[in-house]
Amino acid sequence: MSLDRPAGKVPLLELEGLVKHFPFRDSLGRRRGAVHAVDGVTLAVPRGSVLAIVGESGCGKSTLGRVALRLVEPDAGSLRFDGEDLLALRPAALRAKRREMQLIFQDPFASLDPRMTVEAAITEPLILHRLHRGRERARVAELLERVGLRPELARRWPHEFSGGQRQRIAIARALASEPRLVIGDEPVSALDVSVQAQVVNLLGDLIRDLGLTFVLISHDLGVVRQVADRVAVMYLGRIVEEAPAEQLFLTPRHPYTRALLAAVPGQGGALKLLEGDIPSPVSPPSGCRFRTRCPHAQALCAEVVPELMGDAGRESAGQAAHLTACHFQDSLPPATPIREAAADARLARLQSFFSTNREPTA
Amino acid sequence: MNALEVDRLSIEFRTDRGVLQAVDRISFAVEPGRTLAIVGESGCGKSATALAILGLLAENAGRLGDIRLAGELLTPEAQRQARGRELAMIFQEPMTSLNPAFTAGEQVAEALRLHEGLSPRDAMARAVAMLERVRIPEAARRAKQYPHQLSGGMRQRVMIAIALACRPRLLIADEPTTALDVTVQAQILALLDELKRETGTAVVLITHDLGVVQDHADEVVVMYAGRVAERAPAARLFAEPQHPYTIGLLGAAPRLDSKRPRLASIEGTVPDLRDPPPGCRFAPRCPFAIEVCATTPPLREIAPLHFAACHRAPLA
Ligand SMILES: Nc1ncnc2c1ncn2[C@@H]1O[C@H](COP(=O)(O)OP(=O)(O)OP(=O)(O)O)[C@@H](O)[C@H]1O
Ligand SMILES: Nc1ncnc2c1ncn2[C@@H]1O[C@H](COP(=O)(O)OP(=O)(O)OP(=O)(O)O)[C@@H](O)[C@H]1O
Ligand code: SF4
Ligand code: SF4
Ligand SMILES: [Mg+2]
Ligand SMILES: [Mg+2]
Repeated sequence: MSLDRPAGKVPLLELEGLVKHFPFRDSLGRRRGAVHAVDGVTLAVPRGSVLAIVGESGCGKSTLGRVALRLVEPDAGSLRFDGEDLLALRPAALRAKRREMQLIFQDPFASLDPRMTVEAAITEPLILHRLHRGRERARVAELLERVGLRPELARRWPHEFSGGQRQRIAIARALASEPRLVIGDEPVSALDVSVQAQVVNLLGDLIRDLGLTFVLISHDLGVVRQVADRVAVMYLGRIVEEAPAEQLFLTPRHPYTRALLAAVPGQGGALKLLEGDIPSPVSPPSGCRFRTRCPHAQALCAEVVPELMGDAGRESAGQAAHLTACHFQDSLPPATPIREAAADARLARLQSFFSTNREPTA
Repeated sequence: MNALEVDRLSIEFRTDRGVLQAVDRISFAVEPGRTLAIVGESGCGKSATALAILGLLAENAGRLGDIRLAGELLTPEAQRQARGRELAMIFQEPMTSLNPAFTAGEQVAEALRLHEGLSPRDAMARAVAMLERVRIPEAARRAKQYPHQLSGGMRQRVMIAIALACRPRLLIADEPTTALDVTVQAQILALLDELKRETGTAVVLITHDLGVVQDHADEVVVMYAGRVAERAPAARLFAEPQHPYTIGLLGAAPRLDSKRPRLASIEGTVPDLRDPPPGCRFAPRCPFAIEVCATTPPLREIAPLHFAACHRAPLA
C-alpha cells in the first residue's frame, strides 16, 4: 500500500500489469492456445474523475472492466481499490467491497430481471447491503427521481419501459448501493441518438453531483469526448495511448489513435484510412501489435515491444501525463487536426430549447 | 432521368394489436451516380421503405404509392425481375444474406453468370477480379473460403462485390456498416463511394448516423415516425436545418472537436405507430409546438429543393 502518499492522492482504482488470457482447447481437452484479451495493462483512476477506455471490438475493454472489479480473476498483475489489494480479499470481504463498485451494462433489455418490478430490482441491493433499513421505499423513490423517472413507475415491470428508461432504471439500481466507483460498459451504445443524449447528460450530472469515480468503456469516441477526463486507447489487449481527453483529441500521438479519430463518421471519410483488419488476439504480432496496419512501421517495430511512455519535455512543463506506446512518437508527422464544426449561432440558439433532462411521458 | 422515384409511398403492417402505419406518403427521387441518405431513429420506417422498393416486404404488409426504376413502374413482377440485376442490395448483417454453403468466389461468380451469361470458369476468374476490386487481400485464396471464415468487414466486401457484379442502376444499402468497427466502416463506405463513381449506380444509403450522412450523401431524407420530416441537399441540411427534429438530432450528437456543455435532449420517446399522435407526430416532443401543430403539417418547399414538414418552418 502507498502509505507515503496522502489519502486524498491515492487513486481510487489502480491496475498494474494486468494480464488475462482465455485458453481454448481442442475436442480432446488439450490446450491449443489462448486469446490474449488483456496483456499487461497499467492504469490509475483518480477519485472523482472519469477515465474512458476506447478501442474496437475485441480489443479487451470489457475483459479489463471485469478484471478491474475482480469479476474475472487476472492471470497476473495487481489490483488496488482505495489503496487496498483487491486480489488479497477473501470472497466474503470481496462481496462486501462490491457495494462500493458497480457495473452498468450495455444492454438495458438483458440487465434487468423480467420477473422483478422496478421497485424490487432497486430494493435488492438495499437489502443486500442493509442500507436505508425501514425506509427502502422512500429511497427507491429518491433514486428514481435522481435518474429522471417518476417515482410512481416503481410498481411497473421492465417490459413496460423503453430502452432509455430501462437504462435509467439500471443506473438507479447501480447507484442504490452508494458506490464510489462505477464502471459503465458501453452504457449508451444500444440507444438511439436522441435517447442516448438524455442518458449521457444524466451520467454527466450524476458524476458531478455525486462525486462518482467513473470508468466509461466505449467504442464511441463522441460519447467519450463528452464525458471523459482522461482517455486510454486499447489495441489488441494493450494500452497504446493514454492522455487527458482534450490532448488525446486535439494532439493524438499514436498512429492507431490518429486512425481511429480520422475514421469517425463526420470527419470526412476518405482521408488516410487504415488498411486491413485487426489481427487475431490469439497470436498478436511481435513487437508493436499495431505494426501490421501502421503506415509508419519500421524494422524495429517487429522486434521490440514499445513501452507506454511520456514525453519528458512536456511532463516537466507541468502538464498531466500523455503516454504513448510507439517507438517513433517523437518523430511522427503532426496529426491531421479533427474537423471543427463551424460556429453557428442560429443552430446553437434553436438547440438550446432542447435542454432539460426530464422524462415527461410514460 | 431519375434512377429511382418514390411517389407517396405508404406501408401498413397488420398485427395482432391492430394496424401499424409504418410509412405515410413519403416521396423522394435519386439521380444516377448520386447517394440519397435516409436517416432517422429506430422504427421510423427506413427498412420498410427499402424493402418496399425491393419488393421484399413481409406477408402482413400492405403498400400504396408508386415506385419507378429508371422511369418504369415497379410492379411485384418487375421487382422480381430486377432484383439482383438492375436493383441490388446490401444489408447490415452480411452473414444472413450470404449462403453459408458456398464459397465467397462461387457467390460472386453466380451473380456474374446470372447477369452476363458467362461460363463457370470465366465467371470465377471475373469473381476473383471483383474481390480484388473490393480490396480483399489475397483475393484468389479468399475466393475459396466460406463466409464463416471471413471477418465481418470482408463479408460485407463480398456482399458489395455481389451487389455490384451486375452494375445495378440502384443499390439499396440498409445500415451496411452498423455492425462494423469504425476503421472498417470507414473503409467500406469509401469503397462504396468509389465504386459508385465508377459505375454510375444510384445509392440509397440507410443509416441512423448523421456523421455517415455528412460524409457520404448528396441528398438527405430525415424520417420521423413514418413521415418525411425534412428533405434537402446534404450540404444545405447541415448548414440550415429547418425541422425541429433535425435540429434536435444534430444537437444530440456529441462532437469530437469540443465538449458540448450539454447535449440537446429530445425528451420522451418515439410514438407507438399503432396509435400515433394526431397532427404533427413530433409535437409531443417538440419544444416549438404551438396550437396549429395538432393538424398535420404538409411537406413544404421552404427554399429551393429544401422541404420541411413543420408549421413553423423556416425557423429563424
Ligand atoms: N469468457 C471468454 N472466453 C474466451 N474468450 C473470451 C472471453 N471473453 C472475451 N474473450 C475474448 O477476448 C477478447 C477480448 O474480448 P472483450 O469482450 O474484452 O472485448 P471488447 O473490447 O469488450 O469488445 P466489444 O467492443 O466487442 O465489446 C476477444 O477476442 C474475445 O473473443
Ligand atoms: N413485419 C412487420 N410486422 C409488423 N410491424 C413491422 C414489421 N416490420 C416492421 N414493422 C414495424 O414498422 C415500423 C418501421 O420498421 P422499420 O424496420 O422500417 O424501422 P427502421 O427505421 O428500419 O428501424 P431500425 O433503425 O431499428 O432498423 C416499426 O414500428 C416496426 O416495428
Ligand atoms: S511502434 Fe512502429 S508500428 Fe507501432 S505504432 Fe509506432 S511506428 Fe507504428
Ligand atoms: S409542426 Fe409544430 S410540433 Fe411539428 S415540428 Fe413543427 S413546430 Fe414542432
Ligand atoms: Mg465489450
Ligand atoms: Mg432498419
